Amino acid sequence: MTTTLIVILSLGYLGMLFAIAYWADRRADQNRSVISNATIYALSLAVYCTAWTFYGSVGRAAATGVGFLPIYLGPTLIAALWGTLLLKMVRVSKSQRITSIADFIASRYGKSHLLGGIVTIIAVLGIVPYIALQLKAISRSFTILLTYPEVTMPNATDSLPLLQDTTLYVALLLALFTILFGTRHLDASERHEGMVAAIAFESIVKLVAFIAVGLFVTFQLHDGFTDLFDKAETAGILNPLIVDGMDGYENWFSLTLLSALAVMMLPRQFQVAVVENSSEHHLRRAIWLFPLYLFLINIFVIPIALAGQLTFAGADVDADTFVLTLPMAYHQSTLTLLAFLGGLSAATGMVIVETIALSTMVCNDLVMPVLLRRWKQIPPNADLSQLLLRIRRGAILLILLLGFLYFRLAGEAYALVSIGLISFSAVAQFAPAMIIGLYWRGGTRDGALAGLLSGFSIWIYTLLLPSFAKSGWLPVGLLEDGPFGIELLKPQALFGLTGLNEITHCLFWSMTLNIGTYILFSFWRTPRVNEATQATLFVDALKHQRFLGVGLWRGTAEIDELLHLAERFLGARRAQAVFQAYATRRKIQGIKQLPADAETVHFAETLLAGAIGSASARVMVSSVTAEESLGMDEVLNILDEASQIRAYSHELEKKSQELEAATRELKEANERLQELDRVKDDFMSSVTHELRTPLASIRAFSEILNDDPEIELNERRRFLGIIVSETKRLSRLVNQVLDLAKIESGRADWNAEDVDLLEVVEQALASTEQLFAERGTQVIRETPNSACMVTGDRDRLMQVLVNLLSNANKFVSEKSGIVCVGLHTYHDRYEISVADNGTGIAADELPNIFEKFRQAGTASNKPIGTGLGLPISKRIIEHLGGRLWAESDAENGAIFTFAIPKKQNDALPPGETHAEKDSDRG
Amino acid sequence: MNRSIRTRQRLVGVSLLGLLFYFSPILTLFDKTTEWAGFPISYLYLFGVWLALILLAAWMVEGRKP
Repeated sequence: MTTTLIVILSLGYLGMLFAIAYWADRRADQNRSVISNATIYALSLAVYCTAWTFYGSVGRAAATGVGFLPIYLGPTLIAALWGTLLLKMVRVSKSQRITSIADFIASRYGKSHLLGGIVTIIAVLGIVPYIALQLKAISRSFTILLTYPEVTMPNATDSLPLLQDTTLYVALLLALFTILFGTRHLDASERHEGMVAAIAFESIVKLVAFIAVGLFVTFQLHDGFTDLFDKAETAGILNPLIVDGMDGYENWFSLTLLSALAVMMLPRQFQVAVVENSSEHHLRRAIWLFPLYLFLINIFVIPIALAGQLTFAGADVDADTFVLTLPMAYHQSTLTLLAFLGGLSAATGMVIVETIALSTMVCNDLVMPVLLRRWKQIPPNADLSQLLLRIRRGAILLILLLGFLYFRLAGEAYALVSIGLISFSAVAQFAPAMIIGLYWRGGTRDGALAGLLSGFSIWIYTLLLPSFAKSGWLPVGLLEDGPFGIELLKPQALFGLTGLNEITHCLFWSMTLNIGTYILFSFWRTPRVNEATQATLFVDALKHQRFLGVGLWRGTAEIDELLHLAERFLGARRAQAVFQAYATRRKIQGIKQLPADAETVHFAETLLAGAIGSASARVMVSSVTAEESLGMDEVLNILDEASQIRAYSHELEKKSQELEAATRELKEANERLQELDRVKDDFMSSVTHELRTPLASIRAFSEILNDDPEIELNERRRFLGIIVSETKRLSRLVNQVLDLAKIESGRADWNAEDVDLLEVVEQALASTEQLFAERGTQVIRETPNSACMVTGDRDRLMQVLVNLLSNANKFVSEKSGIVCVGLHTYHDRYEISVADNGTGIAADELPNIFEKFRQAGTASNKPIGTGLGLPISKRIIEHLGGRLWAESDAENGAIFTFAIPKKQNDALPPGETHAEKDSDRG
Repeated sequence: MNRSIRTRQRLVGVSLLGLLFYFSPILTLFDKTTEWAGFPISYLYLFGVWLALILLAAWMVEGRKP
């Protein structure tokens, strides 16, 4: 194939990417975003699969069997945690306009310039080998393709003069392309919709290309998977053992852990997953779609590796190139070009996103702080947005040239996968500061600094220096004998630790030191105000729905100053548009009318943070406003407000529950009152009814006597007798009603005297003797011999007992009735019971018989009486401190019993009795 | 809200399940050269568990829409 064809194809492909990006940007400007879609989001995350995956996985599979898998299992396992972990990162970043991983870590530890700068340096140095890897992949695939269909491995490129090295031109071309792509204008939110659309497209291209090669190899060259495995088995190249390929399970585990951390910490992953995220809801699909993508792109890795080894057995063909060289060897020109484009898309996708992310970091966290320090003396009036763009473009070019430099220095000494793992180990150093910082408030800036620096130093010593040494740039003696011949300090067997591969070795030492110093230095001192503030905002990100930054500023500001500041960094037109939108959101007419309050200052700061990083934005905003510093207590109070609000709502809930309970009680009380009201009405109507009956007969007989003077004397006497007895009944009724009313209202006269119950029984029986005799009722008496003294009202007690006795007499049948009166002594009370063998009381009537006018028996056999006797008796006994109750069953009649407490001073010594009695009288 | 918290916790379970299958002695049971239906059993195990975890997560996230 000719150079021209390949170059035209490559440029055509890049042009298409550019068209897609341009189209997506236009759509975004029209508010019809194409990337606001969960599937596109998941596809854009697949920028994780670079040329390393596309070419390198096969190389690693050829060497180690399943050794390439941990790189994809790690992301799969951690993706399941994104529902909390990544969600938290996205929410924090959105509320604080965080635009890079350096900004994130700097913000978390009190918007520290120093921390942001160090993270940036680590990221750039750590990612450079990774970019070198992509350059190497592109230039090698290009060189191999040139000899189509002859498969020849290119010579080591470092023998070529600089200007003849294809890699240099690839680097320059990619730099130009990325600059056009990512820094056409300065966006306040640092989101690149066009780039994301192009990346998602590239993800599809590389997946399709890889699967196409895989299908060709498996089903065209061979008879499916089993055939391929059989042939490999026969050839003795099948190595399905995990432990063999990985040199042990430690490496298997450590590589999975490493890739799980890297998929969150790589600047380009942070860029697409957090910064470019357009909606939190997209995370849900990415949790499974992204791992599914990784699964699909890995299905054919082993078949391609095996087929390559079978095809090129004995020939000098690098396994890293099988994806390309297999179609070449079988003269599949279209498939070869597709594979080349797949590799190109994997490499360009990575380079574009990674360099854009890194350039943002270099600009915001490395260059801006230095410039801001200088501008403290010379405040320039120029539009700085152009300067920012120029810084970023310069950074992109610089990073790609650094990648090229690393490629020239060390690139040939390593396989693709190993270079990638070196970068993974570098960015994994961010994990403690990032992840622990998201869940632990106690982490401080010092801790993060110490952790990052120590971990990164270990990385340089155990991975970067050996990579230079292996490529001959440093003396090999360093690796074999240790520095100055000190064996314990051998970079790849630090402190004598052997038996691990170099990546696991580095990961172990760097993470141990990183986490250890992070925690140790964090314990050293308590967090400062700004650290505590940011810590709370980060740790509680999922709790605070609205960001709290607003409340954390106090001072005076001018709206003109803020607008002017924003104009300098964003350009006048864009800044005014954003401010106008903000004013509209706050329902304020124009920018000039905006109040320069805490909310506006916060808005301006986050706006700037999007453009120049949070730490620099903090410095800039405080330079144009007069701030009052808040004390630690105040800040904590404000932050506590949120938790207070939660506490309030909890309390409110409790209060409303209490209210509900009170309402329920009130309702019950109301029902009882209504019931009482009804009872009162019933009582009134019963009383009037009871009064009317005797009144009516009195009146009737009086009228007869009045109207007819001729009535016989006998008749007249009978009528007068009825009138007299009805009048007596009437007055008895009236007396009882009055009596009851008196007792109930507490106005009754009570005598408190010593009463002998024995006497009371005696007298009651005497006064009812005639009644019993009339009905022929037999009376049995069970009483003790000694006196039973109680304190009470003799007449009242008599009234009760007589009432019970006469009731009993009413319910027994004539001639055969038996009434038994008993007086029993208990240690604290006496009980007097009146039992009869009458009709008894039905069980459902029992609870009601002490109510007014409720007489036992049905209406037809209603006994003679007022219906007030029992209610009065019950109240009398209760007033005397006792209890009156009834028991009954239909066959054996009823038993009414009342208990009266014993006279109290019986139990007391005489002296005290008198004193008490005296005081009672006094 | 409760539902999404429950989903999140279930997903953590998926992750733990993955740790169990890939990093416990269970793995060594399948780390053999034995073949099953023409496939090396270790390949089948690694890819099979992987796909099962992905489908489980997908079912939890997508299959429970209100």
